[in-house]
Amino acid sequence: MPERPLSPHLSVYKFKYTLATSILNRFAGLILSLGLILLVYWLVALAAGARAYEQARAILSLGVCKLVYAILLAAFVYHLTAGVRHLIWDTGRGLERASARRSAWIVAGVSLIVTAVLIYWLLRPGAYAR
Amino acid sequence: MSLRDPLGQVLGRGSAKQGVHHWWLQRMTSVALVPLSIGFVVALLALPGLDYATLVAWMRHGGTALGLVLFVLVAARHSHLGVRVVIEDYVHADGLKTLALVISNFAHVLAAAAAVFAVLQVALGGRV
Repeated sequence: MPERPLSPHLSVYKFKYTLATSILNRFAGLILSLGLILLVYWLVALAAGARAYEQARAILSLGVCKLVYAILLAAFVYHLTAGVRHLIWDTGRGLERASARRSAWIVAGVSLIVTAVLIYWLLRPGAYAR
Repeated sequence: MSLRDPLGQVLGRGSAKQGVHHWWLQRMTSVALVPLSIGFVVALLALPGLDYATLVAWMRHGGTALGLVLFVLVAARHSHLGVRVVIEDYVHADGLKTLALVISNFAHVLAAAAAVFAVLQVALGGRV
């Protein structure tokens, strides 16, 4: 087959907030897909009984895993808010430049605040000691 | 009279009448995931502890088990659709693309089945 340019040819676009919000949403979705593997591992470990679960929990409680949960929470909150923005767009609303720009700021603001609250809750002193 | 050429008709070319199926399913799963994912994350973060007994008691609640089954099924389908688009957009080598799509298909079905089986095992099982 002859070599033809393939879409999406990301390198030809000027970097703009529209590009950032779009690619971040994809990236967050991909991270959440990986998170699905973690969720399945957790559920299967739980189904395997108390001993197996406590072994899995020792791994899942490591410091590095807490970083993973923080990243997953951030990806979840962003993908959710950006996803709702997409669903609103699908109704034909909010597509004009001014409102799209405003909703991009709302998505960024809301996801930053909610992510911060959830990560604080997850890592609060004495959380999930039991 | 059809405007499609005879060879195209013999080869079964043309619209498969499924143009918006992927798009529509992605939206439907998105809408369903708004309450399901929020419910899952909030319920999980609100648990007093993450030890075995607490989690088993939580999952034996009919509502929790049903919510978890719905969440993992819809999330796996949504992820399946999304990962497919990412592979199609960024993996250009034919063989590698097919391989990646096959792996993604199998992995998502396996993940959904394993998760549902695990939830049911805990929710309905005798071991505590």
